[in-house]
Amino acid sequence: MSKDILVYALHYDGAFNKNSLGAVSEAVRLAGELGGEAKAIVVGETASTELCASLGHYGATKVYRVAGPEGLAQPVVDAMAQVVRAEGIGYAVFGGGLLGFEIGAGLAARLDAGVAMEVTGIRVEDGRLIAERPILGDTAISEISYRSDVGIVIARLNAFEIAPAGDGEAEVEDVAVEFSAFSTRATMISRGEQRGADVDIEGADILVAGGRGLGRAEGFELCEALAAALGSNSAVAATRAVVDAGWYPYAAQIGQTGKTVAPKLYLAAGISGAIQHKVGMQGAENVVAINKDANAPIFEFSDLGVIGDLNKILPKLTEALKSRAG
Amino acid sequence: MKICVLVKEVPDAAVQKRIDLATGRMDRSGERNLNPYDTHAIEAAMQIKEGGVLEIDEIVAVTMGPSTAVRALHKAVSLGADRSVHLSDDALAGSDVAATGYALAEALRREAPDIVLLGQQSDDGECYTVGAVVADHLEMPSLTQVIKLDVEPAADGVPARLLCERQAEYGYDTVAVELPAVISVGDAINEPRYPSLKAIMGAKKKRLDTLSAADADLDPTKIGGEHSGARWTAAKAPPKKAAGEIIEDEDTAETVDQIVAWLAERKLI
Ligand SMILES: Cc1cc2nc3c(=O)[nH]c(=O)nc-3n(C[C@H](O)[C@H](O)[C@H](O)COP(=O)(O)OP(=O)(O)OC[C@H]3O[C@@H](n4cnc5c(N)ncnc54)[C@H](O)[C@@H]3O)c2cc1C
Ligand SMILES: Nc1ncnc2c1ncn2[C@@H]1O[C@H](COP(=O)(O)O)[C@@H](O)[C@H]1O
Repeated sequence: MSKDILVYALHYDGAFNKNSLGAVSEAVRLAGELGGEAKAIVVGETASTELCASLGHYGATKVYRVAGPEGLAQPVVDAMAQVVRAEGIGYAVFGGGLLGFEIGAGLAARLDAGVAMEVTGIRVEDGRLIAERPILGDTAISEISYRSDVGIVIARLNAFEIAPAGDGEAEVEDVAVEFSAFSTRATMISRGEQRGADVDIEGADILVAGGRGLGRAEGFELCEALAAALGSNSAVAATRAVVDAGWYPYAAQIGQTGKTVAPKLYLAAGISGAIQHKVGMQGAENVVAINKDANAPIFEFSDLGVIGDLNKILPKLTEALKSRAG
Repeated sequence: MKICVLVKEVPDAAVQKRIDLATGRMDRSGERNLNPYDTHAIEAAMQIKEGGVLEIDEIVAVTMGPSTAVRALHKAVSLGADRSVHLSDDALAGSDVAATGYALAEALRREAPDIVLLGQQSDDGECYTVGAVVADHLEMPSLTQVIKLDVEPAADGVPARLLCERQAEYGYDTVAVELPAVISVGDAINEPRYPSLKAIMGAKKKRLDTLSAADADLDPTKIGGEHSGARWTAAKAPPKKAAGEIIEDEDTAETVDQIVAWLAERKLI
């Protein structure tokens, strides 16, 4: 296996995705141990040379820039397959999110490569990478090695730390890619629509998060009343299930395709605790969960778990906090 | 036109996610059932058919799995599929996602579908990637996690398109995907209907084709655990986290007192 690593760097609105930067840092660390180089690939219409070269600040030596549509996976698969073959790349690495899953899986198919997803750690053993992936609702961690010529690693959200590596610039090389016919048969009509109000949940010390268990959009009133009773530095957050349903704004969503938060207190009401939600709130100092299902996965990572009906508990909890303050 | 829906048999969530509160461990033995996320894909197929913009002749449920997986196919048929295909072979055991996607793609190729629909994730695999693998092998455009799907008929030499909405890293995207296409749907896309008793009773009578690896023309060097590019070597326990406190709400006034005391103790209020 070649020792060079290629990272897909996702960019939007003139900036790289934090998870992509974490993936670059991790690739730099691993390439160092393997004795290879960490390179990156950027696909888009709007990636400036300055932006691409800035990946050098995280240790990437080279950036392949490909002109192509943004926000779609299959053109990136074409581009990465071409670069991996031409440059003899050993591993492709993706930061957590959504596009990386689609690209990484498509690339695995294209290159007949082994792929590991939801990876939380990678190490070098005998000159090869071994990936760690939690399974079965995080109750076990499996290890994955590659017997294919190319190995693909798709990270879990926030798996890797961003590590600045000085102010050196990466060399930027433009690569012309002829896209597969089928890759051009999906077209972006509109991207990044923000549904609902522009609320701020990242600065709050206390988050009251609501999920499908609230039953309907109006259920969020219970969360808002509780947040108000918990003090001025509190806000209300949500799961993808309720944001997709239109019950609460996207800006309040925590998780894999939402925000990452680390409040002092995270209080979940009617949330099952899916991995894709957990990855966005794992950093919370204290987790309280109210769920009527004793088997809900969220109880496995809560500090205080309350098995019960949120419709009974939330209003009384709000009252108790109000009378305490008053 | 033909829609193929990929369905999978998974451990039943209700039974599977039983936690032993004393040890904090999950008990995963027990019943298996149709992956709940796949019922949304079947429902999406039914709605495309009933919507009438495209003329859908047939909805075919396709699975790869051991002999027990026929139950998932029967369930899929009771929910609206017209017939089903079961790819089953000992040589497929232990396939990783890349090998699974390859095998499914070859089974699908025989059907020449205009639309392939999948669920957002398999309850046990937690990969959300099979769709992307299948699409690459079939050389079809594809999108995952789609929560709204509108059909645009073919016009002026432009093939029929699906207008798809989904949430990605930066908000909601709308993407137009030309047919034939592979689409995985998110669970917010619809409310799956319940099967009628008649449909449940009739499901076993509908045509079910069982394919071996050879029937599907699979390259034996590309399938099964032995040939998967990713090799799952070992499993270990995650770092142990102290188990949280649990309160069962019997008397809500008392429960609330306990929560308030817990928060106060940690100076959170
Ligand atoms: C690629 C991908 C990306 C994703 N990204 C995200 C993301 O960014 N963020 C995210 O949150 N999810 C994300 N998801 C979705 C995730 O997998 C879950 O589906 C989602 O988090 C579930 O939301 P929920 O907990 O609100 O709903 P559910 O899982 O339906 O849980 C509802 C819970 O409410 C409980 N309940 C019901 N009624 C009551 C009551 N009266 N009192 C108390 N409890 C009650 C139920 O027991 C249940 O546990 C993603 C999924 C995929 C595949
Ligand atoms: N063995 C299988 N047979 C048929 N369909 C599958 C299989 N595995 C996964 N799928 C489909 O792929 C979707 C996503 O699964 P996954 O990528 O494993 O999370 C599921 O919802 C199914 O529709």
